[in-house]
Amino acid sequence: MSVTGDRLQPTIFERGRPGRGGGKIPHPPKDALDRIPAEARRAVPAALPELNEPEVVRHYVNLSQLNYAVDTGFYPLGSCTMKFNPKLNEWAARLRGFAELHPLAPDEVAQGTLQLLWELELALAEISGMRAVSLQPAAGAQGELTGILMIRAHHRARGDGDRDEVLVPDSSHGTNPATASMAGYRTITIPSAADGGVDVEAFRTALGPRTAAVMITNPSTLGLFETRIGELIEAVHAAGALAYMDGANLNAILGRFKPGEAGFDVMHFNVHKTFSTPHGGGGPGAGPVGVGETLLPYLPSPRVLRDDDGSFRLERTGERPTSIGRLRSFVGNTGVLVRAYAYIRAHGGSGLREVSDDAVLAANYLKHRLAGTYDLPYDRACKHEFVASAATIKKGTGVRTLDIAKRLIDYGYHPPTIYFPLIVEEGMLIEPTETESVETLDAFADALIAIAAEATATPELVSGAPHSAPVRRLDEATAARQPNLRWRPMSGAETPCPD
Amino acid sequence: MPYGPHTADDRERMLAALGLTSVDQLFEDIPVALRASRLDLPEPEPELELAARLRGLASRNRTDLASFLGAGVYRHWSPPAVDQLLLRGEWYTAYTPYQPEISQGTLQSIYEYESLLAELVDLDVVSASHYDGAAATAEAALMTCRATRRERVLISRGVHPHYRGTTRTYFEGGLELDEIPLVADGEAAGTTDLAALERMLAEPDRPVAGVIAAQPDFLGLLEPMPEIARLAHEAGALFVAVIEPVSLAVLAPPGAYGADIAAGEGQPLGIAPQYGGPYLGILASTDALVRQIPGRLVGMTSDLDGRRAFVMTMRAREQDIRRDKAASNICTNQALLALAASIYLATIGPHGLRDVAAFGAARAAELEAALAAVGVNRLHSGPYLNEFVARVPDARAVHRRLLDAGVLAGLVLADAEPDDPSLADGLLVCATEVTTSAEIARFATALGAILGAPVAEVAR
Repeated sequence: MSVTGDRLQPTIFERGRPGRGGGKIPHPPKDALDRIPAEARRAVPAALPELNEPEVVRHYVNLSQLNYAVDTGFYPLGSCTMKFNPKLNEWAARLRGFAELHPLAPDEVAQGTLQLLWELELALAEISGMRAVSLQPAAGAQGELTGILMIRAHHRARGDGDRDEVLVPDSSHGTNPATASMAGYRTITIPSAADGGVDVEAFRTALGPRTAAVMITNPSTLGLFETRIGELIEAVHAAGALAYMDGANLNAILGRFKPGEAGFDVMHFNVHKTFSTPHGGGGPGAGPVGVGETLLPYLPSPRVLRDDDGSFRLERTGERPTSIGRLRSFVGNTGVLVRAYAYIRAHGGSGLREVSDDAVLAANYLKHRLAGTYDLPYDRACKHEFVASAATIKKGTGVRTLDIAKRLIDYGYHPPTIYFPLIVEEGMLIEPTETESVETLDAFADALIAIAAEATATPELVSGAPHSAPVRRLDEATAARQPNLRWRPMSGAETPCPD
Repeated sequence: MPYGPHTADDRERMLAALGLTSVDQLFEDIPVALRASRLDLPEPEPELELAARLRGLASRNRTDLASFLGAGVYRHWSPPAVDQLLLRGEWYTAYTPYQPEISQGTLQSIYEYESLLAELVDLDVVSASHYDGAAATAEAALMTCRATRRERVLISRGVHPHYRGTTRTYFEGGLELDEIPLVADGEAAGTTDLAALERMLAEPDRPVAGVIAAQPDFLGLLEPMPEIARLAHEAGALFVAVIEPVSLAVLAPPGAYGADIAAGEGQPLGIAPQYGGPYLGILASTDALVRQIPGRLVGMTSDLDGRRAFVMTMRAREQDIRRDKAASNICTNQALLALAASIYLATIGPHGLRDVAAFGAARAAELEAALAAVGVNRLHSGPYLNEFVARVPDARAVHRRLLDAGVLAGLVLADAEPDDPSLADGLLVCATEVTTSAEIARFATALGAILGAPVAEVAR
């Protein structure tokens, strides 16, 4: 069991006692707030807990030990690329010159960071085969919104404003249709072909004068390279629409396939997947977008520019009127981008290609190890991840994929992504990444095989899992029906404070 | 490859198991015409050399200046406990807590974040985090449209220009955003023009979904939030308060003046400036809007044995469940920064937070007096907390010369708000608890020298 210290913690509120803490900030002059009008002042103080630092530290250290993480064990969460997060990158992002720099500091004060961002844009453009890159979007989903809004601006600029549909395959990430809606488009979902790839004929039928864009993840969320991608992009362009690539699965194709060269008009990168920046328990990430020639004028502002004298600067407000504007404050999640830059520099071109080679090799090896025990609905070479299914096991034993996932916890592993993509019955999307040793891959395969045997011999052992985690399965129905989203002194009454 | 474990033997063994001789065979599904030839990037760099490169780049940034720059991002003392706890791999190398049984640390920390912020803003529902203050404001604006089924939002020009710009971008999908002007002169100059707001709310056939104003506003001034809330509600619109969290230790919270939604930037809660992020988008609402709030929510529940536990809940609002019907496309958020904010609040405590806010106010008053002594006065006369606009003729040139004197004299408003001629002479300056009297003296002395004030007056 890789989760250590399986002891639940009282909340930070229960730990507090009036009168504790202090010693951090000097006391201000007594009259400091006298010039603030009474009606603007806070009447009732916020009921924040009072603690001393040792208690705070213990609270958060003990809480952290209830978590599973890449640093504690194997985390094959498909679609999320949970690779090792290099420690050098954490060190670099905390260098005073990077960490303490104010985002509105004049360009001449910020030359180091501006140069780093400029070089990172060039590197991402080279990796993707795109013409230019904006580092502004804060996460992949915001990169998608950026891309779709640029496509919208492109059609509008051509006087082609009637296009109101975005086509996505049924295997797409939920962010794709959600993004299309946010940008004011209707989503048309196209079923996948039997081999798991995009059904080019179905797309052809759906494409038309109302199509604004097609959003494709390549390799797909099934971990399969879209072999007919060239034909599809041609058909998209012939219909006057543009092709968006969801770059979530870029870890499979570094140095092997460049979306820009293949004709994609725009894509986003997930630097917290491909380029090793930490996932942070849910974020932060960064979702740069790359564009080809067509969408270049519409990139968000400000862009990072290099002047003729070699100095760097940010684009000024209003300098490029064709821009779609900004998606967030300031230039982007720069601290995250520093880490991505360090990662790319550490690997160089040859190292990045090796990253994908090893990620794809590991996925295929693991898939091979599971053949015969689990269903492999798409039995051809996968890229960096693959879908296995427990459909046959369920039919024979009643044990579901959810149960198998929970049982993996007892074996010391984070479960894969389950029930995604939605088109695979009892699916689990397994992504080992390139930073896991062959011993780890073998041990994980052995565990999955052992669990399959348990499903037959002792199904209740599997369906009751996990048995060794800090908590057992949770009552999610009550959580949703009677939401308790905020601590109140009485809210712990029915479920007493653990100690 | 620096972080890969595979030896040549390992690779061979795996390939042999697959009946292959080369990894290239695994890429044969890429059509020949679309295969990339190479990556034209620099050679791999060993850690020692890369560290030197990174240190070199960082040192090209100047962080030695006496800085009076705020404008949405504020320097504060962050107790070292915050960053040291954040560096535990169990926090930062985990992902979204999809498996609650082995994610109770992250889940409980998010629940605590929601609860701490709920106390601060005095609203019941706080989402698990958004990208930053700008994106949270844009999401708040979209929420008002969903909740009221109206399509027009009014945003005060007192809201940060980046937040206004971001909201405008998010509204490209077919919603309307109008800006409420600021009062031009008199006591209320620089705050939202209530008469204009009333007129805009009364426009026939253009019903308003939401009204957005900031406290303090972008120019540092205190807004009449209760009046704005009242006008919005009378027109059937929701009211969104854009807040700065440290100020809420001393200023009335959104819940107290009737705001339906609070949005804001959580960076002041222990998070370094980092040239723009990662920061923390705060988004909170009343209970009535809980089904409209985008982003993750964590609730308290129990496990099969009745142990108290935490879990992501009300997931039917989210993109991975509802796809095109979701409340937002947000997936990855800023969870680690929400954790930072929680640890900051727990460490600094309620009294400490009040001291941070009050100390900033005291330092700002000291700054106002020091600048006045060299003949530089405020552009506005209304009350402010810790940030104000100084009137400096030829502000851009003066700002530039002050840089040579080691002073970062705030923000040149002619650059930030080029459309507003009333701000052409404005420098937006702030002070916090980390601003020292020596820095204030350095600023005033240098400014006095540039403007040609008598030396005796500068020394005061």
